[in-house]
Amino acid sequence: MSTQTFDAGVQDYQLTYWTPDYTPLDTDLLACFKVVPQEGVPREEAAAAVAAESSTGTWTTVWTDLLSDMEYYKGRAYRIEEVPGDPTAFFTFIAYPLDLFEEGSVVNVLTSLVGNVFGFKAVRSLRLEDIRFPVAFVKTCQGPPCGIQVERDKLNKYGRPMLGCTIKPKLGLSAKNYGRAVYECLRGGLDLTKDDENINSQPFQRWQNRFEFVAEAVDKAAEVTGEVKGHYLNVTAGDVDQMMKRAEFAKELGQPIIMHDFLTAGFTANTTLAKWCRENGMLLHIHRAMHAVIDRNPHHGIHFRVLAKCLRLSGGDHLHTGTVVGKLEGDRASTLGFVDLLREDFIAEDRARGIFFDQDWASMPGVFAVASGGIHVWHMPALVNIFGDDSVLQFGGGTQGHPGGNAAGAAANRVALEACVKARNEGRDLEREGNDILRDAARGSKELAVALDTWKEIVFEFDTVDKLDVR
Amino acid sequence: MSNFNTDDYRTKYTLETFSFLPDMSADEIYDQIVYIINQGWTPALEHEEPKRASDHYWGMWKLPFFGLRDPNKFLEEIEACRQAYPDHLIRVVGYDSYTQCQGHNFVVYRPRGM
Repeated sequence: MSTQTFDAGVQDYQLTYWTPDYTPLDTDLLACFKVVPQEGVPREEAAAAVAAESSTGTWTTVWTDLLSDMEYYKGRAYRIEEVPGDPTAFFTFIAYPLDLFEEGSVVNVLTSLVGNVFGFKAVRSLRLEDIRFPVAFVKTCQGPPCGIQVERDKLNKYGRPMLGCTIKPKLGLSAKNYGRAVYECLRGGLDLTKDDENINSQPFQRWQNRFEFVAEAVDKAAEVTGEVKGHYLNVTAGDVDQMMKRAEFAKELGQPIIMHDFLTAGFTANTTLAKWCRENGMLLHIHRAMHAVIDRNPHHGIHFRVLAKCLRLSGGDHLHTGTVVGKLEGDRASTLGFVDLLREDFIAEDRARGIFFDQDWASMPGVFAVASGGIHVWHMPALVNIFGDDSVLQFGGGTQGHPGGNAAGAAANRVALEACVKARNEGRDLEREGNDILRDAARGSKELAVALDTWKEIVFEFDTVDKLDVR
Repeated sequence: MSNFNTDDYRTKYTLETFSFLPDMSADEIYDQIVYIINQGWTPALEHEEPKRASDHYWGMWKLPFFGLRDPNKFLEEIEACRQAYPDHLIRVVGYDSYTQCQGHNFVVYRPRGM
């Protein structure tokens, strides 16, 4: 231990926090930030400032620093890289010692890494691109209550993606009418239906009534079709007590699955709910309301892959990931990257898909990718190809907008899905032959034929705002 | 103008994967078995009385065919199972020992009345 003296005053951050010779430990938490520095601030100084302000540093030295071992606790900026195609920004890699973080608290990680530093004057803008969670930290988190394999075993659904649908209109239906919409979708062949995220408990439909009518719809649909059915009952609420009351009532009604908005409700609420779900054998669908506020700007905020990783640690069995092909934003390579981060056990660094670090999940269960938003039956081959079997494909308007109603729309989607899965298994190229596969299948299904006719012309063609930075 | 020409959709009693498609030919079943084997999964057969179809555990036909590479042998087993349980549902399962889940699962035979 060196004998340090107290030198009062302001120091350059890079003296202490820029350590290009440092080799990260397996127990370090690693972060990659995209930094746009202020004019005239050298890169090393900006990177070191980010490391300091997200760990132990402050703007001037203080005597109490010397009571502890700052060398042990400090964050270290250990690498700087160009951002391909963007000369105004650079990537910096920062290592944080494990002891900076409370065990099992994703909240603490975010407060530390992004709580303070984003308003810092030395940087014009800042984006958290990726985090490597060490196995030592992963093991302190519960993670998904059930995970992919247990969910399949509970629902008895194998060998294909699951089919879902958000009940429309988003708002305004009475509880009984709402249950009718659910029943019609499920009896026609969907596996799961979904509360829209802004359905909580409004004057036109109180949550208790919705839960009761939906439970009857789900149970009856399961009985008449012979298959397990479910509806994601939204337990997102204004306070945690209400959230728990709603979860308990869903369990009382014997329902298999509930849903939660992890960003608007916050990670503290989400982790509490996930732990309850594991204890009570309840599946948990997670919706990402508000994510685009945080992740859409390529220069400032947090990339969705970080939010996805944090959700896996906090706990959820399904997470919305975007559709790539539908009405909402989503770059294909980047989406494939974070879909792997949700589902796989070990993901290797792969800059072509936006993955900045190897990530070992050490047997933490995986999360289903949920593709939802402006998709319809013609998208089915591409969706099956892109997302694979461990996904839930949700067609809201694409089921309920069918001329024959929800049940017919559901049947059309189910026939299309199964035809695509069968063709894929036979070795056919889904993206090239998709349209033919659908047309062939429509010969055996009137509902599918009508659906193909109804949605032929709709295409969403806007350029993605947030693209991956790759050469 | 409202349209009264919509068809009525009659609810079907179904048995999960592929039950919304027409019955498969022997060739089509063969292709699915090839897929299971190529994925590195173990093919197996299960059977059950129709009225107990919603049980998780169906009867096992012999044991899972660990290491089976010849799809024709599996087709023979399907036939043998059908002869032994002519009034049972029969499903093909592909076990994935890495995820410890079923990678594939579809009903391949339905007895009369289903």
